[in-house]
Amino acid sequence: MKAVIVGCGRVGGVLAAALDATGHDVIIIDLLTRAFDRLPATFGGEAVRADGTDENALRRAGAQGADVFLALTEGDNRNIMAAQLAREAFGIGTVYAKVNDPMRAQAYSELGIGTVCRTTMMVDALLGAMSLPLGSEPSVRSGAEHDHPPIGIVAAAAPREG
Amino acid sequence: MFVLVVGGGKVGYYLTRELSESGHEVVLMEKDRRRAEQIADEIGSIVVAKDGCEGSALADAGANRADVVAAVTGDDEDNLVICQMAKHHFAVPKTIARVNNPKNEPLFKHLGVDELISPTRMILGSIEQDIPVHELLHLAPLSHEFELVEAQLTVESPAVGRTLVQLQLPSGCSVVALVRDEIAQAVGPDTIFRAGDKVIAAGRAECEPALHGMLIGALPAA
Repeated sequence: MKAVIVGCGRVGGVLAAALDATGHDVIIIDLLTRAFDRLPATFGGEAVRADGTDENALRRAGAQGADVFLALTEGDNRNIMAAQLAREAFGIGTVYAKVNDPMRAQAYSELGIGTVCRTTMMVDALLGAMSLPLGSEPSVRSGAEHDHPPIGIVAAAAPREG
Repeated sequence: MFVLVVGGGKVGYYLTRELSESGHEVVLMEKDRRRAEQIADEIGSIVVAKDGCEGSALADAGANRADVVAAVTGDDEDNLVICQMAKHHFAVPKTIARVNNPKNEPLFKHLGVDELISPTRMILGSIEQDIPVHELLHLAPLSHEFELVEAQLTVESPAVGRTLVQLQLPSGCSVVALVRDEIAQAVGPDTIFRAGDKVIAAGRAECEPALHGMLIGALPAA
């Protein structure tokens, strides 16, 4: 499997190393070269300094033909934009964006972008640790669950109030 | 009309002030509290000191009843997400995004933002208008792929001495009006183009070479 990861932070870096160690082709992208210091010395994938929200930069980095694309920077909106580029410009089938605002995470999963929400994930983990019932919001949503229109033609959502 | 403006920089500030002075209902969202208070001191309590990228903040500011959402922050990815959230989650009829980096224009259009405002394009447009060469002048972008252009006919123009019907414009473009001796007029079936006429046409970007060929002359070989 060929995986492209945007954002070599703690999550991105560890995930890139784990995928690489299990034999997958990994391309990890970050704006800062020093972010790649997080990768282990044994990392055998490609680390590319580039802007993950720039179509040409993604193409130069080799994003074309990837099986999965994971946008894991610290910016919700940067992740959303990168993920939509991956889907719309490169046709990558499995696309996830880290989106820490639960409302945005839900909205974009309905538009076909998989989302991972650290907020609900940690709240659920803490509720679970206290043996309390978990919240109703899932922390990981695959964009594929929804019968969504193509992103470009965004249908009107629920009826408007007021 | 109720307009929700997101981003309290210079653009957002003046836009809010103008809309408010012309009698529209406006709410400005600015996430920097100090900047928000400063603007509120000047234009009144129509400023919400919250991040317009947050779904719940948009809801609090009344996005669900906005007629227009204008995302004019300095960050393109924020402007994209604000417009998409407005459209998808709050069913706002019209979304406008400021696009700071021209490379993002095709993606934003593709992803359903209704109108794009590009400072780079505007400056290019005004520079073109000042250049006295015989080219198609881009007057304004219309909705999405359409452009309004102007051509000044010279004696070399293939259109001179002919009517609109004889020109056989390509499909997808249309001559809107003619300015002759400083007077705008409609172009009828019998109107014969003359040198010195200014022809205003609207059409898709891909029609431009054909329009250029008919109104100005063939493009020089590259």
